Amino acid sequence: MLSQQLFNGLVVGATYAIFALGFTVMFGVLGVVNLTYGFYFSFGALIALWLTQALNLPVWASFLIAVLASGLVAALVDSLLLTRLRRARAPELASLMVTLGATLLLYSLSSSLIGVEIRRFPAAAINASAFDLLGLRVSMTQLLIVFAAFAMVGGLVYLIQYTRVGLAIRAMAERPDTIALMGVNAGALARLVSFVSGSLAGAAGVLIGLNYNAIQPFMGEQMMLKGFAVIILGGLGDARGALVAGLIVGMLETLTAGYVASSWKDAVGFALLVLTLWIRPAGLFGRATVKRA
Amino acid sequence: MNSRTLIAAALLPFAALWASAGSAQTPITIGAIEALSGPASGYGTAIRNGFDLALDEVNKAGGVNGAPLAIAYEDSGGKPDSAMNAARQLIGSKKVSLILGPTLSTEMFPVGPIANERNIPIVGTSTTANGITAIGPYVFRTSLPEADVVPVTLRAAKEKLGVKKVAVMYGADDAFTKSAYDVMKAALEKLGIETLTTETFGAKDTDFNAQLTKIKGLNPDAIVVSALAEAGSGILLAKKALGIPASVRVIGGNGLNSPKVPQVAGDAADGTLVGSPWFIDKPDDANKKFVAAYKAKYNQDPDQFAAQAYDTLFLVAGAIKAAGGADPRKIRDALAKATYSGVMGSFSFTDNRDPADTSGVVVIEMKGGKFQILK
Repeated sequence: MLSQQLFNGLVVGATYAIFALGFTVMFGVLGVVNLTYGFYFSFGALIALWLTQALNLPVWASFLIAVLASGLVAALVDSLLLTRLRRARAPELASLMVTLGATLLLYSLSSSLIGVEIRRFPAAAINASAFDLLGLRVSMTQLLIVFAAFAMVGGLVYLIQYTRVGLAIRAMAERPDTIALMGVNAGALARLVSFVSGSLAGAAGVLIGLNYNAIQPFMGEQMMLKGFAVIILGGLGDARGALVAGLIVGMLETLTAGYVASSWKDAVGFALLVLTLWIRPAGLFGRATVKRA
Repeated sequence: MNSRTLIAAALLPFAALWASAGSAQTPITIGAIEALSGPASGYGTAIRNGFDLALDEVNKAGGVNGAPLAIAYEDSGGKPDSAMNAARQLIGSKKVSLILGPTLSTEMFPVGPIANERNIPIVGTSTTANGITAIGPYVFRTSLPEADVVPVTLRAAKEKLGVKKVAVMYGADDAFTKSAYDVMKAALEKLGIETLTTETFGAKDTDFNAQLTKIKGLNPDAIVVSALAEAGSGILLAKKALGIPASVRVIGGNGLNSPKVPQVAGDAADGTLVGSPWFIDKPDDANKKFVAAYKAKYNQDPDQFAAQAYDTLFLVAGAIKAAGGADPRKIRDALAKATYSGVMGSFSFTDNRDPADTSGVVVIEMKGGKFQILK
């Protein structure tokens, strides 16, 4: 039973990690608490669902299109809402309020269009039935999520650490004012970062939708609170931190529900959030000081 | 009002005389407030269909005390303020001596006091919330609340499936699922079924693996679940994926009695057990006749709301007959004592004007995406 619970925790943790990944990039690099992030997660799942149901596309094709579409919407929303604020060097509260309004609008639009009841991918879309593996009950979608969590983190770390674009992104995270002087198109870079982060959200939405069969417009809203806990624990903008923190939160939640009491499960993530802010505000992997220009 | 009832009472003997003479009568009119438009119109329309079908039969059999019975419908749109206006209209200008409805509990809470103050009996056929009949002595309901259905389901699980020890899961952050859980807990204790563990979840949770893995390790005979269709479907899917055998049934409250569950959970929903105040395939003659007549008249299958309305109209007609006329007070007293045996089973009121008899509750199980009666 313990090994099954550890595996359950691994899957939940990977779920949190892939959700938090794009969020931590958006938050850490662009320096805005963009609350619309959860919507891109729902949007990805809903688009992929629509493509498989209405157009009978195979899941992998729906996945790719949904990932691109979520990225594009994220870049569009970012440039519409935040470009002006960035230029005016508006305080963080302004972007928080603007994205809060946009989030409410986007959610109510999508729920009035398609309703709020849960949907699932057609059962034939992917073989989700569980099987026995080394004494554990696992399903293909669970393995996919765990694999995707590591692959997505690996890809993102590569992009940020080992490419020219990544260098610019790191510079932007460090000194947003300076990069324009260094010849970087800051607006385009912000849109690119939004695109990457929206795509990651969309990918997470499709994967999690496939595993839990509970797709509805507000599914992103549910994840946002846990997402906050994970990115703060992991350190803002840190992809590896998001993975480790996601796994820690998922594992602790599962073990709490399995061995303590399921009613305390949700308290764990938020207790960690509070503890982190208290003891180590920069997060597990964050740098010790956060300087503001 | 008072002078009017006096006149009515004074005229009563003459009415009886005319009735026996068999001459044409002005109909006895009762009011009905139902949600015939708006989002709840599915319920309201089914209820009206049930009333009308029963009304035809009552009038074919000679009406009430020789006079035909008529129903004056008012559409509330499912809105409490429209329902209040409708009640005032029916009582004040149509002078009805009894009101059927309204459709929703949220409508009954403001409408019940209006009827009660004016001493007009009001009979809800679909209002299951707690506290409806506490409004006053003129407020009745014929729909079985959840609290009466769940114990029947659990008893059937114990007697027919030999369930002795269960695990319980409930949505702790939702008033409906929490109150259904309270009922389940009390019923389990009363039936002497052992509860191995009680696990909670959030109404919007999607991951139930931790709770179900723990439950799997305890080897229960069944899992008692108080959840809405969304979380319930997720639990059924996770239960199957974790390899908990199909012989370990999920026993649910009314939240799982939804077509959404097999849509999302597919064959993982098979074996789910719920109780229902009525079921279309009930094999007794009264029910077969009702279903056939309903299909013939409306060209669709009746639902639970139509069935409840159908029985209620016979019950009310019987009470008016027993009261010997249209005096609302006499009708109220007759109604309180009325008994009737119809498509829902045998019926009578408790002292608190709630349904007294749960023998009509049907326990149904999911098989191949459809409910059928548990044998």
